[in-house]
Amino acid sequence: MHETLADDVLETAARWRDAGRPAALATVVRTWGSSPRPVGSQLAVGGDGTFVGSVSGGCIEGAVVRAALEVIESGCPRMLEFGVTDERAWEVGLACGGRVEVFVERVE
Amino acid sequence: MRNDTLRAVLAARRAKRPAVLVSVLDSGAQRLFYPDAPDESGLAPPVRAACVAALRADRSRTLPDEEGGSLFLQVFNPPLRMIIVGAVHITQSLAPMAGLLGYEVTVVDPRRAFASDERFPGPGVDTDWPDDALRRLAPDRRTAVVTLTHDPKLDDPALEVALASEAFYIGSLGSRRTHAARLERLRARGGDDSALARIHAPVGLAIGARSPAEIAAAIAAEVTAKLREPPPGESR
Repeated sequence: MHETLADDVLETAARWRDAGRPAALATVVRTWGSSPRPVGSQLAVGGDGTFVGSVSGGCIEGAVVRAALEVIESGCPRMLEFGVTDERAWEVGLACGGRVEVFVERVE
Repeated sequence: MRNDTLRAVLAARRAKRPAVLVSVLDSGAQRLFYPDAPDESGLAPPVRAACVAALRADRSRTLPDEEGGSLFLQVFNPPLRMIIVGAVHITQSLAPMAGLLGYEVTVVDPRRAFASDERFPGPGVDTDWPDDALRRLAPDRRTAVVTLTHDPKLDDPALEVALASEAFYIGSLGSRRTHAARLERLRARGGDDSALARIHAPVGLAIGARSPAEIAAAIAAEVTAKLREPPPGESR
């Protein structure tokens, strides 16, 4: 019981890599206004779209996972931005009205 | 993230060694900063100072870099700790709740009947005398100490060690009257009022808790409130 839920994210990513599976990490690096998860919150995404952890209350995880799969393909890290009025390619937003930036990187 | 960087972060965490992962946000290049070996990081002094401050605040953050980009400082502090004195009924609820909240929990009780494996399976109970145990466990500013034995012989010495530490939360079970008597005893032993005022008693938020599990919830909530209390001058 000594591990917090957040700890599982990095351990999971490491386990996936040990098993030869691709993995990406998504990290909340900036928030504005009310946002459900604080800076530093992480999501590990496996090559098959499985994920562990959270970067929001569930509003944007789907879009982050899709982006993570692209990052796993390309190997190029990306910065994603989500806000309630975001009308760009990501048709998702935060119901709470906050804004978050999420950094997505492949685990080499 | 390079695989060896990930392994290094995990190793630091297992060793309970504080660390900050510094990422350059456009390239994804990363370095690890350890406060016990600042020179190894190869980071510029202002970045190192920001790492130390972020660890102390326990807050990850972005930092503008010299090239107009951003760095991200991700804080990896060792787990928060909760030391519970008294392997009592409330503790049977409080220990797992604190575990879920991310605390590394140690239960201290020298009374073997209370400390049995049936009541506390898993990591078990530290059966040293509370003051000895507390001195050994050395509470720091990321530690909460809760005394629940209701027995002055066990609670008081633990409280004295806790009050001499930087523990961010100190709470003690007992009614207002019990607590007034406790303060008298601690004062008689040289405790001064400003130090004694750190003790939260009656312990836990006032939510009308009745069952042991409800009292545990009240304590867990009060510890959380104290942990997340904004520094003076800042709002939550």
